[in-house]
Amino acid sequence: MTDIAPAPAVPARPAPAKERPTLIRLRDVHKYYGDYHALRGIDLDIREGEFFSLLGPSGCGKTTLLRTIAGFEQPSQGTLSIAGQDMKGVPANLRPTNMVFQSYAIFPHLTVAENVGFGLRRDPRSKAEKARAVAEALEMVGLGGYGNRAAHALSGGQRQRVALARALILKPKVLLLDEPLSALDKKMREQMQVELIKLQRNVGITFILVTHDQEEALVMSDRIAVMFEGSIAQMADPETLYRRPNSRQVASFIGKMNMLPAHVTAEGGRIVVDVAGLGRAEVSPEQAPGGAVTGSTIVGIRPETLGILFPGETTDRRLAPGIVDEVVYYGDMTYYDVRIEGVPEPLTISNKNFIGEPVLDVGTPTQVIWDERSLVVLSR
Amino acid sequence: MRGWPLRIYVILMLAFLYAPILLLPIFAFNDAAIIAFPLAGFSTRWFEQLWSTPALHQALRNSLVIATVTALLATTLGVCAARAGAMASFPGKRAMLGFVMLPLVLPEIIVAVALLIVVRQVLDLDLSNWTVIAAHTVICMPFSIAILNGAFQNLDPSYEEAAMDLGEGRWGAFRLVTLPLVMPGIVSSLLICFIISLDDFVLAQFLTGQNPTLPVYIYGLTRFVDALPVIMALGTILVTLSITLLIIAEWFRRRGLARAGIKDSGGFL
Repeated sequence: MTDIAPAPAVPARPAPAKERPTLIRLRDVHKYYGDYHALRGIDLDIREGEFFSLLGPSGCGKTTLLRTIAGFEQPSQGTLSIAGQDMKGVPANLRPTNMVFQSYAIFPHLTVAENVGFGLRRDPRSKAEKARAVAEALEMVGLGGYGNRAAHALSGGQRQRVALARALILKPKVLLLDEPLSALDKKMREQMQVELIKLQRNVGITFILVTHDQEEALVMSDRIAVMFEGSIAQMADPETLYRRPNSRQVASFIGKMNMLPAHVTAEGGRIVVDVAGLGRAEVSPEQAPGGAVTGSTIVGIRPETLGILFPGETTDRRLAPGIVDEVVYYGDMTYYDVRIEGVPEPLTISNKNFIGEPVLDVGTPTQVIWDERSLVVLSR
Repeated sequence: MRGWPLRIYVILMLAFLYAPILLLPIFAFNDAAIIAFPLAGFSTRWFEQLWSTPALHQALRNSLVIATVTALLATTLGVCAARAGAMASFPGKRAMLGFVMLPLVLPEIIVAVALLIVVRQVLDLDLSNWTVIAAHTVICMPFSIAILNGAFQNLDPSYEEAAMDLGEGRWGAFRLVTLPLVMPGIVSSLLICFIISLDDFVLAQFLTGQNPTLPVYIYGLTRFVDALPVIMALGTILVTLSITLLIIAEWFRRRGLARAGIKDSGGFL
């Protein structure tokens, strides 16, 4: 069974933080472990107050990059600065960053309040003021009154909240989150996604999230850097990343993408693609974010930008005839795989189920509606 | 009566293990100078005799000093080795940890002779309590490391990093987070090393200076037949002490596991 419950409400995304000053700057950062080249020339600017995600499969270097920012790893080459200060030789305890570890690393021999107050040991404030700060931090993450609990008796979600409170109480410039939701079950994960976004908007601190979950990155981030094999493949806001991936690798890592063989020609400054099975179409330069190389290439189309022309309907949009090859019914949606002559793989179409629309059977001849504006040229 | 052969086997095995030790208190409280049945009657005079033998007190003091220093040294080194084994990675780590455990299976007498040659011929030192301490530290370390490995292996490597992330230096992170979490293991290791040192005869016999340790003193006594009941009394005290310390050590080890919320992975008891 697929979860068809509507996603919990998320507060509106504030205006893009494009004008805000850069907080973290990485230039040509490399990291070697012996012969292993873990980071291969990372250039990155993360702005103040931004929710930034490092997204990639395991082993792509995203955690190494996060640990480099935290100060647990030193770059083999290149520079890293936070708030204008070079971080070379600055240990983790002197950086304006705090981290939520994947395991949460809640100290099991201390109470919840002692955990949250751990970073205040060098704080000159009085005991009572510190206790108030701890209580406020616990309140902020929804654990008010949990201060005297033993840390090892907490549930996964509570541990994460304690880890958040423990990091945020120090008012860092940057909060680093290493796969913070991977240990939680699906329901808890979705709830915490929303809470993290709200928290980030309330405190206004820069969040850097490491995740391998593309949906999590899309939901939560202002900007996402997609990493493969130690390099950043694409860095963009979620919508651009989803609609205009700059390579086949990024396109297939984020969401489902139909890939079709195509032939690109440039005709007087216009880009024209001849897509196998669909036909000729003109695309804008933005639809070739990785650059359009003339000749044989691949174009991508997202399943939800395709449609089915049901019996009795008409459209002035472009059509391609095909035969239904596979039907997967999800309740709110139906996924059709439609075989079109000239296209090697059946096209996947996600169709929202409107009232009165039938669910087609396998083998039904049908018409696929498509739009040249949703094509994206994937030369790389 | 299913399983009765097994039950008999267990009873026989326990008798074989512990019956000789049970003889100790029986004859320690027996009112006769000869170790033989039938028993003559209850007496505490052998214990009183212990109380009034200055040479014995000197040997006991020696043993206690040696055992205490050995326990501290071996455990300190054990903490370093176990921490390195659990948290650091360096070339040849497995081989090195294997070599550290080797004294566990080496015949003690070989170690004793080798150390004697090193101390007398190579270093040209006089035998003293310190040479015994050095030898005892060598044979105690594997036990210390074995106990502490369990404590450190179960430790999330992120704990120290988290403490550093929250503003502590390396030492602060170790002192405030790692040390309290492995403390039950440390106490357990101290007690086990203390017992091993206290009980050791072979190394002490070879390496002791002017003043013998308690086991060496006892061995010396066995030449005199009439001293046997006194040895029985002394043995009774030592066995009781060893068992008590062992139980305390195991209690600490288990508490450490419980505190970190981990399942038991075997121990000495």
